[in-house]
Amino acid sequence: MTSLPQTTEKKLGLVIDLDTCVGCQACVVSCKEWNTSNYGAPLSDVDAYGAEPHGTFLNRVHSFEAQPEAGCSQTVHFPKSCLHCEDAPCVTVCPTGASYKREEDGIVLVNEDDCMGCGLCAWSCPYGARELDEIFGVMKKCTLCVDRIYNENIPEEDRVPSCVRTCPSGARHFGDLGDPESDVSKLVAAREGFDLMPELGTKPVNKYLPPRLKDQPSQSALTPQHSDAKGLFAWLDKALEKL
Amino acid sequence: MHPAPSVIAFTTLSGLGFGLLAFLGLGLPPVTGWVAFVFFALAYALAVGGLLASVAHLANPKNAIKAFSQWRSSWLSREGIAAVAALLVMAVFAIALIFFDVRLRLLGLLGAALCLTTVFTTSMIYTQLKTVPRWNMWTTPPVFLLHCLGGGALLAGQPRLAAVLLALLGAMMIWAWSEGDSKGRAGSTMETATGLGRIGKVRLLEPPHSGENYLLKEMAYQVGRKHALKLRILTISLGIVLPVALMLLVPVTHFTAIVAILAHLIGVFAGRWLFFAEAEHVQALYYGR
Repeated sequence: MTSLPQTTEKKLGLVIDLDTCVGCQACVVSCKEWNTSNYGAPLSDVDAYGAEPHGTFLNRVHSFEAQPEAGCSQTVHFPKSCLHCEDAPCVTVCPTGASYKREEDGIVLVNEDDCMGCGLCAWSCPYGARELDEIFGVMKKCTLCVDRIYNENIPEEDRVPSCVRTCPSGARHFGDLGDPESDVSKLVAAREGFDLMPELGTKPVNKYLPPRLKDQPSQSALTPQHSDAKGLFAWLDKALEKL
Repeated sequence: MHPAPSVIAFTTLSGLGFGLLAFLGLGLPPVTGWVAFVFFALAYALAVGGLLASVAHLANPKNAIKAFSQWRSSWLSREGIAAVAALLVMAVFAIALIFFDVRLRLLGLLGAALCLTTVFTTSMIYTQLKTVPRWNMWTTPPVFLLHCLGGGALLAGQPRLAAVLLALLGAMMIWAWSEGDSKGRAGSTMETATGLGRIGKVRLLEPPHSGENYLLKEMAYQVGRKHALKLRILTISLGIVLPVALMLLVPVTHFTAIVAILAHLIGVFAGRWLFFAEAEHVQALYYGR
């Protein structure tokens, strides 16, 4: 069970557009809402109304600032969840067989009936995509809403991960990244989608689309560029210049 | 990484226990009867006590029995199997030696090999993690094995052998520290973690949550790095230099042996605490740590 499949029929995953994400956290909330009441143990909160609230989330949105060598810095909102890696180290380290990657669609899941809560899979993940639930003692991670995407009891437009369905800015896309003709694969090709920490060799399925570069205004609006003042103002301009 | 007391107790105590068991399996010291009983009782108390401490860090121990199932891929599973095999083989050897005064030499050799295999598998749990560059080094298995052999020799009353092995351990630890210091996070940066290096230098503007969480508690522990140098000096002076000096320079009595063992144990605890506390995990880069 904890050996990785040689290949998977599909490579289902997410494409996250860092250019479009506005950091509203709606995906975080919808993920928590769906996944606390469906697949596996709930996502518990501890001290929720106290001084130090904390809890389990499968998706979190960081905000970074990237500073180019010249010009203004760029703020980038950065949603992060399990990347459903092809070479998922979290699967092979698992001693109980709880952690596995599905042959049919490549989704990485935890069978909570087998998990002993040792936390080694979370240690092996470079992305911080797995969180051990403090109350239920089992490892929680993104399931790619496996209980939505194949669910024939819900309307067809809802058969995508909850975060994708919720995103108000259209920054999240879901599909088969193993099929070069799929919409998501075309999007990744067109926008030069990239992997997170490629140097660790995990081969993530999820891709990120880079933010478009900011315009570089040639001159700042606040600096006076030239003076065509005459008379008193010309003298004042000169005098102030000398100060 | 969070230095969980249960895991520190587990790796140090069981390492010492398996070290002593390995020497007993090799016939060092050549004890029989009640003296052998005392030695084996100590070795089993350390090894089994350590293993029980490790169960204390599981969040869902009722599934621990399933950890024997995935030996094909998982070092943690291999460790569990090797530990049980070593304890069972050495139990047969010990019973024969204590109660029947029979030394089953081949079984003792097999048991010793299994003890070292157990410690090697423990070390590989850490060595395999590319996400923690300070552990993902060739030095980690020799450090764990020399801990086990050096401490084991000390407990088995082999002064010269203990001195040599502990000196090797000290050298290996210093090597591992310096290599770990220069390795840093092995080329992973906030720029590679976010892919935003194409724009420029990256810093965290806002974390995703205002409080703590599992990831920060477990993998972004920062207290240890501040005291790294002091703890390294403590580890080398108490864990290595003092016991080696006692073994080589003064006549070995029960008293000096006990002082040497206790000093070594304190040094080893400090060193193992540091092994966790100063190890940095790449996922902390997403939190700018």
